[in-house]
Amino acid sequence: MNVRALAGLAVLAVILAALVFNLTRERGEGVRIGFVTTLSGGSAAIGADMRDAFELALDHMGREMGGRPVTVVYEDDAQNPDTGLQKTQRLVQLEGVQFLTGYIWSNVLLASYRAGIDGGAFVISANAGPSELAGAQCQPNFFSTSWQNDQTPMAMAEVMNRRNLSNVYVLAPNYAAGRNMAAGFKRSFKGTIVAEEYTQWPDQLDFAAELAKIRAANPSAVWFFFPGNYGTQFFKQYAQAGLLGQIPLYSTFSIDALNLAQIGELVAGSQLTQHWGADLPVAANKRFVDDFRTKYGRTPSFYAAQAYDSAMLIKSAVDATRGNLEDRDALRAALERANFESVRGTFRFGGNHYPVQDFHLFEVVRAADGAYSLKLGERIFAAHADPYVGECPMAQAAR
Amino acid sequence: MTLFLEQALNGLQLGVLLFLLSAGLTLVFGVMGIVNLAHGSLYMLGAYFAVTFTAWTGSFVLGAMGALLATVLVGVVLERVAIRGLYNRPHLEQVLGTFGLILFFNEGTRLVFGPAGLSLAPPAWLSGQVTLLPGIVYPSYRLAVLVAGIASAAGLYWLVARTRAGMLLRAAAANRNMAEALGVNSRLLFLAVFALGAALSGLAGILAAPLLTVRVGMGEEVLLLAFVVVVIGGIGSIRGALVAALLIGVIDTLGRAYLPGALRFAFAGPVADAVGPALSSMLIYIAMAVVLVVRPRGLFPTSARTDVAV
Repeated sequence: MNVRALAGLAVLAVILAALVFNLTRERGEGVRIGFVTTLSGGSAAIGADMRDAFELALDHMGREMGGRPVTVVYEDDAQNPDTGLQKTQRLVQLEGVQFLTGYIWSNVLLASYRAGIDGGAFVISANAGPSELAGAQCQPNFFSTSWQNDQTPMAMAEVMNRRNLSNVYVLAPNYAAGRNMAAGFKRSFKGTIVAEEYTQWPDQLDFAAELAKIRAANPSAVWFFFPGNYGTQFFKQYAQAGLLGQIPLYSTFSIDALNLAQIGELVAGSQLTQHWGADLPVAANKRFVDDFRTKYGRTPSFYAAQAYDSAMLIKSAVDATRGNLEDRDALRAALERANFESVRGTFRFGGNHYPVQDFHLFEVVRAADGAYSLKLGERIFAAHADPYVGECPMAQAAR
Repeated sequence: MTLFLEQALNGLQLGVLLFLLSAGLTLVFGVMGIVNLAHGSLYMLGAYFAVTFTAWTGSFVLGAMGALLATVLVGVVLERVAIRGLYNRPHLEQVLGTFGLILFFNEGTRLVFGPAGLSLAPPAWLSGQVTLLPGIVYPSYRLAVLVAGIASAAGLYWLVARTRAGMLLRAAAANRNMAEALGVNSRLLFLAVFALGAALSGLAGILAAPLLTVRVGMGEEVLLLAFVVVVIGGIGSIRGALVAALLIGVIDTLGRAYLPGALRFAFAGPVADAVGPALSSMLIYIAMAVVLVVRPRGLFPTSARTDVAV
């Protein structure tokens, strides 16, 4: 036998050993959850916030669901659909997880959900809300503890309608969520839209060309969606270009508890719409926000709140089946009931497994200590369902 | 018209950053015959050093100078420890070796600075705007990047074309053995070239830091563009790198600015909206393909004997 064949055989043996080891490892004992989020690169702060909130939720439940110990495996998708898919496959095939959650980016979720569901896991998005999974491609084993992408910008458009704004410039990144957000805004906005612009995703952080076009178009307002550090960059460059204060900015998911420290001064007084805020007067929310601040020394973002809810949703289902993870129909029925105390107050699923929920107005305010935060305002939408639920066969059957 | 001028300025500003990055790449390849994939890592390190030193000193200028020095230092150590062993190896091994360096620098940066991105504010005296012409209001920092880039390009031209050091550099590149026989210390010269490349790359990173988020992996994103520039310009040609970088910067920016609008004249709205952003991000690669068809060795091909042309 030559050396090369020997080496090949050795590699094969190691792989087999690893497989056997993984298959025999604590299967059937505990609840295994895979958490796919972004833990490296410019968006790592979002992923860390979600992971911290999920850990806090586990603390709150004593790291047990339905009397069984919980193991969570966190994976970094590097904000890349290919990597997200690989990590999802790894989690279902090698780690044997029964639940998959996390998923910040719609394009990562769209690339990954099939592998998760086919691998026998329930997929629970804690942020991404692509229209595909709400409409024609809705899935019995997919749930969301966030929102459908269109909804939050629809609420923002409603706010702008009430102010009789017209001649608005629309700006979003060119990927699944950006397209959805812009579609949602356009669906509800009644004024004229001057122009629509879609920027490259995910590597465009320099908006010089777009800012020059906005200046030339001279709209009465700009609406945009640039999440996380993309929003930070956009606000900063908008200010550097001298446009701040000249053309008012309205945004969706571009100001959050994470980037307020960096851009608070630029966005003070800005209003935005959201389904959740740290000051929402709900008992479960107060406990979550207070304990999060105590444990991590900062205010949680909406990403964190959704991750916390996803842990509580999973717990409610495993509790309902008394830890029986084999009866998947019972688990699914329990998930659909959403019998847990959401940090946003009342929580129920629509027929497509997306939440039907309220959307509120928030304003960026400066506290006495100089820190900026989001202050709850009036309710814009009550018990709002996403616009795609009618296209979902599962929802039609349930009616 | 003013919009077009402003977009052209934006394109030039991007082009200048690309030039700084690709000049080092083309120099190292032309003189030393090394395909240095880790060039983008030096760009990343420049940006991280700029953030760190600016925070320490409280001054962007001091921070930038410190960062430049630190990047050159890393470049020198890198050449002595890793690159030197690759000089007489085939290109494939060089690519593998320097790819390993990318992984090393990315993971090292992650360990030291953490996985989250950092941001750097431009100095207060550069965070305003200037009115260049009536109707053209331009951010001061972007203008400063443009000026710094043009100054570096001029300095580089002077160094290579007009000084004794530049002459040695061109001599060693043309025929290394002959230059050595005439008394040129090529080991020292190669070290100097690599340090110069590191300085240029680091400078690009420092200048880009206030415009972008400083993060692990930022080097690989621009490395691809830098290679496109080097290939279009002609491998080893600094003049080619300058022309190609400005060309790519302008094509990319104007493509983003005007292509989606132009497509709306040709197609229905939704089709144009779908095709526009995709096509504008492909534009530079289309440009590269066109240049390679017309001039397979780039815009300014270096002669067979000389690998560096000015």
